[in-house]
Amino acid sequence: MKLSFNINGQPQSVEIEDPNTPLLWVVRDIMNLKGTKFGCGKAACGACTLHVDGEAVRACSYPAKFAEGKKVVTIEGLGTRENPHPVQQAWIEHVVPQCGYCQPGFMMATAALLAENPNPTDEDIDNNIVNVCRCATYTRMRKAIHRAAELGQE
Amino acid sequence: MNKLRLLYLLPIILFATILLATDFSKYDHTDNSTTVTKEVAANTDDFDKMMQALTHPRCLNCHPSDNKPKQGIDQHPHYFGVARGKADHGFEATKCNTCHQKENNEFSGVPGAPHWGLAPSSMNWEGLSKNEIASSMMDRKQNGGKSPNEILKHLTEDPLVLWAWDPGVDVAGNPRETPPISKEEYIAAVKSWFAGGAVIPK
Repeated sequence: MKLSFNINGQPQSVEIEDPNTPLLWVVRDIMNLKGTKFGCGKAACGACTLHVDGEAVRACSYPAKFAEGKKVVTIEGLGTRENPHPVQQAWIEHVVPQCGYCQPGFMMATAALLAENPNPTDEDIDNNIVNVCRCATYTRMRKAIHRAAELGQE
Repeated sequence: MNKLRLLYLLPIILFATILLATDFSKYDHTDNSTTVTKEVAANTDDFDKMMQALTHPRCLNCHPSDNKPKQGIDQHPHYFGVARGKADHGFEATKCNTCHQKENNEFSGVPGAPHWGLAPSSMNWEGLSKNEIASSMMDRKQNGGKSPNEILKHLTEDPLVLWAWDPGVDVAGNPRETPPISKEEYIAAVKSWFAGGAVIPK
């Protein structure tokens, strides 16, 4: 099928053989945007989190056909090196990543949370940020999420 | 004398006419009770069939009594601490639709159907008896003001309800268990139960 959608602000059309191809593979293999990661492949770890029409979704379990006509944002479109998103800025300030593999998913999940709740409590963070980090950077992430909330309100 | 005889005979003739015109079958208590008993039995049978589906984990998992959806036939709490949230669809950013889409995903094993989410908290069925479930389902104060026809439609046409018979495969690719009666049997039983007055057995 021909799939037309907007990715990181740019309209794009791609041909995919199977409409049920996970959006993750369209983004990584066809769009060549490698920031979104494959982790578990069963919507459990959150490494593949990106935004579709502003909502966080697990791209490994999101059929590409459902992205037709929608706005997709990946970690590459969240901010720029010159003008990082508050979440990216906070992640840099708190030196959150260790191996870094899962961090794009965490940052996309956090950005979605802050869009809905600009000042989340620890409980809000526990409820909404349920991704998995094998390096266990959770403590630094919590600090960075609170810092991102501050940056977002400045 | 003739006039006097007529005066005596008239009530007798009238009574005889009434007797002859009366259909006694409807006053035949033996036959009537048998018919009623058969109807009640049929309705109870429909009720039991319907409840075989409604009390199956495929249905109950999304009617939790602790606001936490359950997963699987063993009905374990949904992974990742997922809960009802304010609108029955999870938390602010991590919602049901973060992972569950409009249809089952055979690659990831994540189940999906339209408007995937929990039943309203007034429809918490977990831990209730069959009769309590049916009572809550038919009670407009608990069912969101739905009429019997609207409940019938929900039970027999809502794709999220009927998903129970098309639950897809799990993460290992194994087909998920379906309720113990077929979808067709279930729909026929529900329709018949409503047609029979939706009697909840005592």
